[in-house]
Amino acid sequence: MSAQKLEWKGAYAPYDLVKELCIAIGVMIALTVVLTILFSSPDDRPSTIAQWSRQIPVGEGGFVPTALSELDGSSGTAEYGPPYNHAADGQHAAFLYPQKWLGVSHPIDTAQAYVIEPLRTVPNDPALQSALATYQAAPEKTQKEWTDAYTKALEKASVEGNGSIKVPAGSYGPVPVMMSSLLALAQSGGLEGSLLTSNQFFQTDYTKPLLFMADGGLLEKRAEAQHLLGEQWGMMNETGSYPGQSWLWLYTFWYQIEPFSGSENADILVILVMSVLSLAFVAIPFIPGVRSIPRWIPVHRLIWREHYKATGGGPLNPPARAAP
Amino acid sequence: MSVAPPPKPPGGDSSKTPHGDSWTVRAREAAVGALPPEKLLPDGQPTYVASWIYIFGVATIAALVVIVGSGVILALKGPAWWHDTGVGHFFNSIHMWAVELFFFTMVIHLWGKYWMAAWRGGRARTWITGAVTFLIAIPAALTGYVSQQNFDAQWISTQAKDAMNSVGIGAFFNTTNFGQMYSWHILLFPIAVVALVVGHILLVRRHGVVPPFELEQRRS
Repeated sequence: MSAQKLEWKGAYAPYDLVKELCIAIGVMIALTVVLTILFSSPDDRPSTIAQWSRQIPVGEGGFVPTALSELDGSSGTAEYGPPYNHAADGQHAAFLYPQKWLGVSHPIDTAQAYVIEPLRTVPNDPALQSALATYQAAPEKTQKEWTDAYTKALEKASVEGNGSIKVPAGSYGPVPVMMSSLLALAQSGGLEGSLLTSNQFFQTDYTKPLLFMADGGLLEKRAEAQHLLGEQWGMMNETGSYPGQSWLWLYTFWYQIEPFSGSENADILVILVMSVLSLAFVAIPFIPGVRSIPRWIPVHRLIWREHYKATGGGPLNPPARAAP
Repeated sequence: MSVAPPPKPPGGDSSKTPHGDSWTVRAREAAVGALPPEKLLPDGQPTYVASWIYIFGVATIAALVVIVGSGVILALKGPAWWHDTGVGHFFNSIHMWAVELFFFTMVIHLWGKYWMAAWRGGRARTWITGAVTFLIAIPAALTGYVSQQNFDAQWISTQAKDAMNSVGIGAFFNTTNFGQMYSWHILLFPIAVVALVVGHILLVRRHGVVPPFELEQRRS
């Protein structure tokens, strides 16, 4: 890069900056109106926990197996680590553990948040409250035996016409009563409100219900149908045939190839690669070689072809001729 | 009771007036010195500024104007309006397509400026502000996508959280917190993008459009 100031001392052509801007805004408004009339914009309705619990009560990604995994601490959220809990260190790259360093900023105890606390809000159900008391009073080892047995039993579960879950006979303790009540609460639409309730009336934080749904299978099922999964370049797509966030293509690209695609630390590795590339992009004027490519590959001859045709490409500001 | 002296008329040679140590006068003189009106709003362009590629800079600004305009209308009516009314959906579509065109024109503008090596001759800051604008526009758009309150918002927010959490950003930038994302989207990121674009434009006006390579210099 030349540190020398480059100033044009040649001819100027008339130019109306304000007019140009106004015309550009007018054209852009027209373009967006035409695109809106032709293509509109996507707005697929959000999924709800009530829908999920009705459509997939049991089976892979179903509501009850997911709720049980929240109760026994084996769900994606329960084992996530920071910022939700201390169950793991989170992702890392070499000696960098930023996820762990920043700590648990949004604490979620999945058993309490997704199962026990919502069930406590169910009124006029002494059998449920007794089941809850039994479960909480039991030693951790016994709780695990119940949930493990019920998890296995759910593989052969079916849902009766009245909505109850039918599993082979076994030693599940109070877990079946708790899960049936939770399913009924979810199917009635009551669980959504329960997960959003906190000390305040107004709510804008959907972290709890979103993480719960993400642990299950409904969102993923819809996403796969809409080509939004990670292996489908999902981050940059959106529902329908809309362009989505196509500017994220390079970010999404790394997830498609090794070593990123098979790594448990893919996210932090991709972010680090993109951070380095972003810094390099900003610093192009100072990077030898990269900053010289435009000199070597003469795309500029096309851009300034009129100028080169008129001047022959000589010095930018030729010295004035001495007077005779 | 003492009577305050009448105020001095504005302008004039500040070195000969008490305004010489005024911060306001210094700021004005620095601003006008760096960007005199004829440079800020020129009525002539160097003759080498004659290519379709130059359209994409002003097109990017025009798209940003449409984004902000449609965004203001959406913000005035609230985040749920566009789901329930045809007019709301129309303005949401305008907003979305303006964003698509903003990125499309900005990427072409950036490529054009790269091939011109537009940082030459003391214009590195112009390149840097443009590049940073692109980088800041990405989370500005992402926060819009996760604020839509539809299935896209549910899916993108639950996917994006992992990237944010992995580097610790998730501790203070929670993509599943609608209220927080909406605030970033309609206030903080727009302020950053508009401020960067204004800075970028002022740098372009101050240093001028980068002149062509001299072909002899290129060959050497």
